[in-house]
Amino acid sequence: MQQFFQQLVSGLADGAIFGSLALALVLIYKATEVINFAQGEMAMFTTYISWSLITHHGFSFWEAFFATLLIAFVGGVLLQRTLIRPLERASVLTTVMATIALLVIFNGLAAWIWSPQLQFFPSPFPTTSWVIGGVHISKQDLGTFGVTIGCVFVLWLFFRFTKLGLAMRAGALNPAAARLLGVRTSWLLALGWGFAAALGAVSGMMVAPTVFLTPNMMQAVLIYAFAAAVLGGLESPIGAVVGGLALGVMLNMLGTYVHPVTSELRLPVALGVLLVVLLIKPAGLFGRVVVRRV
Amino acid sequence: MTPLLELSEVSARYGQVAALHGVSLTVDEGEMVALLGANGAGKTTTLRAVSGTVRKSGDVLVAGKRLRRATPESVARDGVAHVPEGRGIFSELTVWENLRMGAYMVRRPDFKVVLDYFPWLESRRNQQAGTLSGGEQQMLALARAFLARPRLLMLDEPSLGLAPLVTREVFRVVSDLNEKEGLAVLVVEQNAATALAAAQRAYVLETGRVVVTGTADELRSNDAVRTAYLGY
Repeated sequence: MQQFFQQLVSGLADGAIFGSLALALVLIYKATEVINFAQGEMAMFTTYISWSLITHHGFSFWEAFFATLLIAFVGGVLLQRTLIRPLERASVLTTVMATIALLVIFNGLAAWIWSPQLQFFPSPFPTTSWVIGGVHISKQDLGTFGVTIGCVFVLWLFFRFTKLGLAMRAGALNPAAARLLGVRTSWLLALGWGFAAALGAVSGMMVAPTVFLTPNMMQAVLIYAFAAAVLGGLESPIGAVVGGLALGVMLNMLGTYVHPVTSELRLPVALGVLLVVLLIKPAGLFGRVVVRRV
Repeated sequence: MTPLLELSEVSARYGQVAALHGVSLTVDEGEMVALLGANGAGKTTTLRAVSGTVRKSGDVLVAGKRLRRATPESVARDGVAHVPEGRGIFSELTVWENLRMGAYMVRRPDFKVVLDYFPWLESRRNQQAGTLSGGEQQMLALARAFLARPRLLMLDEPSLGLAPLVTREVFRVVSDLNEKEGLAVLVVEQNAATALAAAQRAYVLETGRVVVTGTADELRSNDAVRTAYLGY
C-alpha cells in the first residue's frame, strides 16, 4: 500500500510534465490544426537557457525560472511571426514540415552552443521526503507536480476570465467570425505560440533535474505528450492535462506491478496507448461532440 | 451630404469566376437599404467586398473616407458590422461569451441597452449558443453586432432557414434599431417582400450588376421586380 501511494505521487509528477507539454501541443493544434513537432525541442532549448542563467550568470533557480518563461514566451511569439505566419496560406502539412525542420534545427543548435554532453540541472526542491502514515512522499515529486499544475491553472484562469483569453478561444473556434468582430486573430495565434513555448519551458525545467540536461532530453517526453494529448482528445485542453496525469500514473504502476514492463518498455507502452485510443476512440476521452441546431 | 457608405465601380472575383462587375451603391446615415436578387446575383459578395472578406477592386468609402485597410478586423474597427451568412455564432461558447465578443472593441460596453432590445438573452446567458433555435441565434448575432456600436450594420439573409413568424420578429427588431437608434442598415434578402416592407430604398442585383434601384415603394410597383421577386 505504501508503495502504491509512492508510485501514485511519482506518477502524478511525471504525468504533470507530460500534461503541460501536451497542453502546449493542444493550444497550437486547436487554433491552427498544426501539430508542433518542435514543441519538445523548444522546451529543451529554453531549459538550456535557464541552465546557462543559473550556472554562468548567477541567477537563483526561481529567478532563472521566471526569466526563462518570459524568454520562451517572447521566443514563441517571434517564431510564429517570422516563420509560421508566412505559411498561413499554405497547407497544414507544409507548416508541420516546417516544425519538423525546427525540431532538427533546435536540436543541432543546442548541441553546438552547449555541447551534447550531459549536464547537471539543479532542482529547486530538496531530495528529502515527507513521511505521512508510513508513506514516503518525495518533495521533488510533489514540487514538480505543484509547479506544473500551478502554471496550467494560471493559464486556465487567463483563458476563462480575461477578454483576451475569450478572444483567443473564439478565434480558435471560428476565426472568420472573430475577425468580423474586430479581433486581430493573427496576433492571437502568435500569443498562443508564446503561451505554448512558456508551458514547454515549464515542463523542460521540471523534467531536467531527474533526466539530466542533454539536447535529446525532451524527445521521449514529446512522445509521452503526444500520447497524452491523443488520450485526452487533441481538441481538449483539460483532456491533455488529464491524459498526461493518467499516462504518468499508468506507466509508473505498470513498471511497479507488472513484472515485464521495465524502463525499456515505457515508450512502447505509451505508443501502444496512443494506437489503442486512435483505434477505439479517435476523439479521445474528452473530445466532446458539439451540440448544434440549425 | 456625404453618404455613410459609398461603393463605386466595385468588382470582385472568386478565382477565375467574376462575381461583381462594377457595382455602385450608397447608404445614407440612418437609412435602411435592401439588396435584392436571385441566388448568385452577387448580394453576399457585395457585403463581403465591404467587410474585406473577399478581394475587390474599386472604391469603398465609409463616411467619405477610404477604409484604412481592407481586412475584416480593420473594417470592423472602422464601424462596419457584418453579420455573415450562417450568422457567425460561436456555438461552443455561451450566449454571454458571444455577447462579450461583440463588445471586444468597446472599452465600456453598454450591455443594458442591448438587453432592452433582447430581454430574453438575460435568462439564457449561460446557455451554449449552439443550442439556441435558429431565430434566437439570429437575434444573438444582431445583439452581438449592435454591442460594437457600429455606424453601419450589414445583414446577410437574416431570414434564412427561419419560419415566417420568426422572420417578421427579426425584421421588427432590425427596424427598431434603425428607427430608434439611428443605425444604418444594409440588408441582403431573398425574401423581397419582407425586405421591401422594412427598407426605405433597395437595389436589385442580377449577375453581379445593379439592374434596378429606387425607393421601396417604387420597386414594389415596378412590374419587372414584381414578377421576378415578389411573385404576383
